[in-house]
Amino acid sequence: MPFTNERHSPEKLDEIAREIRRDIIRSLVVAKSGHSGGPLGSADIFAVLYMGGVMNYDPHDPAKPGRDRFILSAGHMCPVLYATLANAGFFPKSELLTLRKFGSRLQGHPGRDMHLPGIESSTGSLGQGLSIAVGMALSDKLVDRNDARVYALTGDGELQEGSIWEAVMSAAHYGLDNFCMIVDNNDCQIDGRVPDVMNIYPLQKKFESFNFHVIECDGNNTAELLAAFDEAKATKGKPSCIIARTYMGNGVSFMQDKYEWHGKPPSEDQAKVALEELG
Amino acid sequence: MTTYGSKATRFGFGEGLAELGAQDERIVVLGGDITGSVLTSLFKEKFPDRFFSMGIAEQNATTVAAGLALSGKVPFFASYGAFCALRNADQLRISVCYNEANVKIGGGHSGISVGPDGATHQILEDIALLHALPHMTLVVPCDYLEAKKATIAIGQMIGPAYIRFGRESTPMFTTEETPFRLGKGEVFRQGNDLAIIACGPMVWEALVAADELAKEGIQARVINIHTIKPLDEEIIAEAARECGAIVTAEEAQIIGGFGSAVAQAVVKNHPVPMEFVGVTDTFGGSGTPTELMKAFGLTSGDIYNSAKKVLMRRSGQWNGFQRMTEVGMEGQHPQNYPKPGVVFPIEELIEADRQAAAEQTA
Repeated sequence: MPFTNERHSPEKLDEIAREIRRDIIRSLVVAKSGHSGGPLGSADIFAVLYMGGVMNYDPHDPAKPGRDRFILSAGHMCPVLYATLANAGFFPKSELLTLRKFGSRLQGHPGRDMHLPGIESSTGSLGQGLSIAVGMALSDKLVDRNDARVYALTGDGELQEGSIWEAVMSAAHYGLDNFCMIVDNNDCQIDGRVPDVMNIYPLQKKFESFNFHVIECDGNNTAELLAAFDEAKATKGKPSCIIARTYMGNGVSFMQDKYEWHGKPPSEDQAKVALEELG
Repeated sequence: MTTYGSKATRFGFGEGLAELGAQDERIVVLGGDITGSVLTSLFKEKFPDRFFSMGIAEQNATTVAAGLALSGKVPFFASYGAFCALRNADQLRISVCYNEANVKIGGGHSGISVGPDGATHQILEDIALLHALPHMTLVVPCDYLEAKKATIAIGQMIGPAYIRFGRESTPMFTTEETPFRLGKGEVFRQGNDLAIIACGPMVWEALVAADELAKEGIQARVINIHTIKPLDEEIIAEAARECGAIVTAEEAQIIGGFGSAVAQAVVKNHPVPMEFVGVTDTFGGSGTPTELMKAFGLTSGDIYNSAKKVLMRRSGQWNGFQRMTEVGMEGQHPQNYPKPGVVFPIEELIEADRQAAAEQTA
């Protein structure tokens, strides 16, 4: 049975996150290509967003007017989004094994043309998803004037894209308190540690100077994440940014905090070990 | 021509760039995070002092490259073509081309053959955009060795240039002796019945198709056009005059792409019937490179079919609008591959889930 979007306890959310991680490994090993590190590291964020009572959605009516939306600006992290959506009942879990195959709705980067329930936008060219989310939040708050909220997740390396800061500026300019961005802050990108490739710190001061409400939390701790999303929801007059510190590859010892795992799948043997570790 | 193994054109770029770095101290390289994928890592290892990591910020990297060029450096910036041809289009147009800045862009992972990454990462429109930019030189090498020669050549010329290369291994068939001159096409196979004009790895597919056609007594001339801009109009006009029918082949959008560029040269000099092999106004998708090349009609078989069509048009047997069956030709390589779109049986997957859930409760 799919999990529901009612508020689960942190303990239950930990269990859900483990299931999401197992599904990520299962889909990647069959796909034989794709990204492991980011999806595993951010599974707790997704569990809380979708199964922690944070977002208002209906998996049986994914296009329901007035729903909350989630945009994965870091499109390459889609294995975690697909696994979460399947566990939330948007589409069959068996479909996760079609990831990256010809004719699959689970494209290598989310493609809206495949009409996969729960996918609000094509993403994959970094930075652009955040601007799309700002547009949706603008539409909800200032055009439709409804209560819907828009969530967007970016990587930390992604913050190097200049257009990110154009999006951030516009969200603050319009006081989009229905907009909440999450930075998956694992300090890893393909070429190495983020501060070595192109330093993005200090992050909190940057977002504060753009007039964002900034919340820092342990992104691998479901209780802290629940509190962070509550705080974002309660914030009025300005958009929120949750800087969620995570470990790339979290939950699988040999991938943990290793940027080398950004963009590759586990082999069959590695997947076996990973699934054992994940229980 | 025959193959002697296969290797991706991106290695030609990376190795050529490292060689260029040893020749010329003005060469500097900007990294866009995926340096291992586009092989600028080879330059980085040899010349760490002339390598600058710019992070995931193609718009900025392109503009910084223009500044370096205006200060007398010869900067190379490489990324996936999806992000260093279109994402930074305005920067290329204004800061690079309008400035006539000596910037070299390496567009990697081009075409549909990138495979499972899907549409967002499969650049098909770079040829259309880049050959429209004034001052831009656009090179699409056909194999590993030509990519190496082309990289060195654009590093030695003055002015903005873009080189397009791929991720997947493709046949190697040119040799050290094969002539390479920027702006000059080369006849790789003689023939006067029709001409197949191709760029990139599609040149090999064209040679394979020509061998198939030769079995039926049809001698196709195969022309390799590695420089799409400036285009060798002479070799194209000559082919039009002497062969009387032309097929183009590219791993990119036909609209505004290589086929369109060749068509302009043909129409201007000596109009003859033409057919086009390439991507037909659609986005890519996930799949293996082989699956995708078939599904999007980019194989030697597709070139063969187009050759038969163009010959029928020239002889008045086919007006170009009828179905092939109506004129008694099904095409020896029927294009009955699955077309892009969802092919997985969703209902069956739902049923599988139901059964799994039932087993769990039982």
